[in-house]
Amino acid sequence: MLLLTCPHCGVSAEETEFHPGGEAHLKRFGPGASDDAFAGYMFERANPRGVHFERWRHVFGCGKWFHLARCTASLEVFGAYPADVTAPPEEILAKIRARRPGWEPAPAAKPAAKPEGDA
Amino acid sequence: MARRLPDRGRLIDRARPAPFRWNGRALSGFEGDTLASALLANGEVLMGRSFKYHRPRGAVASGAEEPNALAAIGAGAGAVPNTRATTQPLRTGLEAASQNHWPSLEMDVGELNAFAAPLFPAGFYYKTFIHPRQAWKHLFEPVIRNAAGLGRAPDGPDPDRYEYFYATYDVLVAGGGTSGLAAALAAGAAGARVLVVEQSGWWGGRAATDGVTIDGRPAADWAADAVARLSDMPNVTLRLNAQAAGVYDHGYALVAEQAPRPAGASGLRERLWRVRARRIVAATGAIERPLAFAGNDRPGVMLASAVRDYLDLWGVACGERTVLAANNDDGYRTALALNAAGLEVPAILDARDAPAGPLVEAARAAGILIRSGMGVMRALGRKQVSGVEIGRIDGSGRAEDRIACDCVAMAGGWSPVVHLWSHCGGKLLWDDGEALFRPDPDRPPLSHDGAGFVIAAGTAAGRLQAPTAMADAHAAGLRAVEGLGEPVSPSPIPAASPVADAEAEGDLRPVWTSPARMPPKLASKAFLDFQNDVKVADVQLAAREGYESVEHAKRYTTLGMATDQGKTSNIAGLAILAEARGAAIPEVGTTTFRPPYTPLTLGALAGEARGPLFKPVRKTPMDAWHDRHGAHWEPVADWRRPYAFLRDGERVKDAVTREIVTVRERVGMMDASTLGKLLVKGPDAGRFLDLLYTNMMSSLKPGKCRYGLMCTEQGFLFDDGVAARLSEDAFLVHTTTGGADRVHAWMEEWLQTEWWDLKVHVANLTEQYAQIAVAGPKARAVLEKLGGMALDGAALPFLGWAEGELAGIPARVYRISFSGELSFELAVPAGRGQEMWDKVAEAGAEFGIAPYGTEAMHVLRAEKGFIMIGDETDGTVTPLDLGLGWAVSKKKTDFIGKRGMERSDLVRPDRLRLVGLETEDPAEVIPDGAHALEDLREDGRARTAGHVTSTYWSPTLGRSIAMALLERGPERIGEVVRMSNGADAPIPAKIVSPVFFDPDGERQNG
Repeated sequence: MLLLTCPHCGVSAEETEFHPGGEAHLKRFGPGASDDAFAGYMFERANPRGVHFERWRHVFGCGKWFHLARCTASLEVFGAYPADVTAPPEEILAKIRARRPGWEPAPAAKPAAKPEGDA
Repeated sequence: MARRLPDRGRLIDRARPAPFRWNGRALSGFEGDTLASALLANGEVLMGRSFKYHRPRGAVASGAEEPNALAAIGAGAGAVPNTRATTQPLRTGLEAASQNHWPSLEMDVGELNAFAAPLFPAGFYYKTFIHPRQAWKHLFEPVIRNAAGLGRAPDGPDPDRYEYFYATYDVLVAGGGTSGLAAALAAGAAGARVLVVEQSGWWGGRAATDGVTIDGRPAADWAADAVARLSDMPNVTLRLNAQAAGVYDHGYALVAEQAPRPAGASGLRERLWRVRARRIVAATGAIERPLAFAGNDRPGVMLASAVRDYLDLWGVACGERTVLAANNDDGYRTALALNAAGLEVPAILDARDAPAGPLVEAARAAGILIRSGMGVMRALGRKQVSGVEIGRIDGSGRAEDRIACDCVAMAGGWSPVVHLWSHCGGKLLWDDGEALFRPDPDRPPLSHDGAGFVIAAGTAAGRLQAPTAMADAHAAGLRAVEGLGEPVSPSPIPAASPVADAEAEGDLRPVWTSPARMPPKLASKAFLDFQNDVKVADVQLAAREGYESVEHAKRYTTLGMATDQGKTSNIAGLAILAEARGAAIPEVGTTTFRPPYTPLTLGALAGEARGPLFKPVRKTPMDAWHDRHGAHWEPVADWRRPYAFLRDGERVKDAVTREIVTVRERVGMMDASTLGKLLVKGPDAGRFLDLLYTNMMSSLKPGKCRYGLMCTEQGFLFDDGVAARLSEDAFLVHTTTGGADRVHAWMEEWLQTEWWDLKVHVANLTEQYAQIAVAGPKARAVLEKLGGMALDGAALPFLGWAEGELAGIPARVYRISFSGELSFELAVPAGRGQEMWDKVAEAGAEFGIAPYGTEAMHVLRAEKGFIMIGDETDGTVTPLDLGLGWAVSKKKTDFIGKRGMERSDLVRPDRLRLVGLETEDPAEVIPDGAHALEDLREDGRARTAGHVTSTYWSPTLGRSIAMALLERGPERIGEVVRMSNGADAPIPAKIVSPVFFDPDGERQNG
């Protein structure tokens, strides 16, 4: 049972106090999107053995969603950050690189040149 | 024969006899005995029958690793099967029984299996019970099921109590032997909060029995002093009879504590500790390994360490003449102990050619015959060993001599208990010198911060000699507190490492079978896994048949399965598999160690979560009234709701009919408080709901309500309900009863993770309001009698809402209808729900008002063709499938599910779509879920063209009605389809519109 720390309320709690929400930083494709783009958004997920960015909700706590950078093999947690971003913040990437020398984020997880919030 | 000695027995209190019953016979032991030691003291060597061959078996071990001596403890509902006799404390009045035999332990018909043993090789079940298929169902399976299983389940609900206990510590020390105590002293003195748990009922482990001295004192004295010092530390907690059963992610651990209560007394039986520790010290010791030789499963053939445990701890001689078979020096301690107790040791058979060292010399000095390079070729006897044939360990298996004996002590070396280290991914190293797997300190399981959180200590770390074990354990305790931050104690006192001393031991010879190269005839009688009757020959066969992976071989042979999980058998099994493959042991590797270490009872896992506490029931403010007025309850999500209100002597079916007629002809009232009520508020509330609902909500005017649909991103309908616009920036969204929490979470997810720029707050107000539906032609008359609000059609038209005071109670009145009748829903503060309910009932009395339940509601809505989430939807149904295209906006550029609905499969013309069905015989009601049978398929069976989603007897129409999802349904109105009816002839039914009653809505609009 993982021990997670909510970046919003700062509480460290049992995994059962949280609810997992799958891969983080998916880009939503809506009306007008091609079949491929929509299928990718809907069904295709990264399943790495190693560094992974995930969505979690502190459902039995403050109720807030957040993102978590975690190693799926060793279960190390590199850091948590709020969910209202489209890519992992630089400080989280730095923490991961510090523990996983040579690691680089997959293209999708790279910080965007400019935030692409939904209008 | 096994018997109690007049002296020895450090754990028993001879002043306190403990009478008990074994298979109904009265026997007696002492307080401090285990069931196994008491049975041996009474000469009861035979304790059970093996699982597969029903061979007679006795205790092999003296602790948690015991594979054979499983007993049923207690009787009736409180019985616990498969309890290890070696760990079950003896208590006055204990009732215990052996298992796995019929009619009796001494005389077991199942033993016939043993004579057929050559017919039951590895994988027997997989190979044999394949054909014919019918025989499997009617012959093989019933017979196997009857014979299978260990022990018998209790015959009623458990009368005892179990509880959880939550605790956090800096350091959890698993194991209260001398290593655990040394680690705890180091960590405790450094100021850390420490929990020390020991699975047995005494501290100090086996060091005392092995003659170890620590800091110049006997180990038992040192341990007693260590416990006293730890007890004085306010930051240290000590628990006996508590096993660290499992280690999980990030320092989570389960500790199973047996409550110290006399047997039979009801009350707390077990406490399951759910511990979160920053570091876990696994000081779990080691387990001795048996040697595989023909007949090594005869009662009286035991681990050497167990033989000396019984002698030293409980004053029990396991036999009068004990032959020791050893491949190492440690086993000699048993021969020396027996010799010192005046018991005969006719020979030590040592697999090594030239044993030497202090223990060997001591045995020689004591006059014990040592036969080097020799081993047991075959154990003789049946219900108890009567002698051994011995021969060259490197020979062909030929017997050179025979020695009479009633006990054989096996010393095959030791395996560290690496389970806790491995549970969460700690890796192992093969230590060639000691021939054992030990934790690799460089590859521990990692905590959230990337630091290793399990530290193996002492013998569990592979340090089998007392001096190195003690130094290692002390260091482990210090390592556990490194980097934990500020200590609790303001002035930590560094504890000095205790210094242990014991006789030096020479090298072990890694020989697993006797003889080392075993001929097939002996291999088929030499047991590796006693609990599952897996023999050396079975593992060799598995390897020959290609089961080379250790995980495959385990499942094929059942080696290491069942309740003991191969604690005594794994290493020898691996070694034999490795040899058969011509590979090295570390190449073969181990199977996965999974928690728990020993089986936990289901009661301990359930804790208090049973009966009404298993899942608390949600109740509305009017629940008690319903209960007093004949409510026939049904669970709806976590709530309970009245299915119908039964009057005296009334049948459920009749009550439902009466309630429907009451609503259609007069007026009914229903508790609708369970409906989800979500307040969506903020300047962007309208925009947000436009994205959530398939239809337009932003255009709704304050004071109005609108029915809306919510879809998943895939385009499938998942919830529906009425939204009321409370003000320019606020909506009250009604959801289904079961959907309230889900829809609330859904809204939060989109607001927080996708449209975080929207200024909207959502609050779940479901339990803040009591809601009462008043429906029927007289509904308005009843409410007008309450007074306070204008409720006529002009003031409050259909799909309007108004706020005011009704009968003096603040209320919001929604003019909405799920019954198709003139209908109002009154929302009042939850605390005044009962009061309003009473007032409505009182005002309605003159109009013949009656409460109605969920089943009447279901029929009323089905008569109107209104869909029900979960009946007409199943996660694959779109609004268009249900004829609800009018509620799917074509104007909106985006909403959740819009893109999904455009997918080719969701616009297929032959999708299942909603229709009504009328049976040709109006009295016949189609069964739930019936399929529309069409065109025979190639295999001669009908194909389905759809299925019934709702089916009822309609009292209003005096006929049966049904709703169904049918291929191209609406295009086929008027067609007759055949609906499946179990084994009976299909029911012909005509396809009609799903709206059976008042299609123009005149009643609800009135």
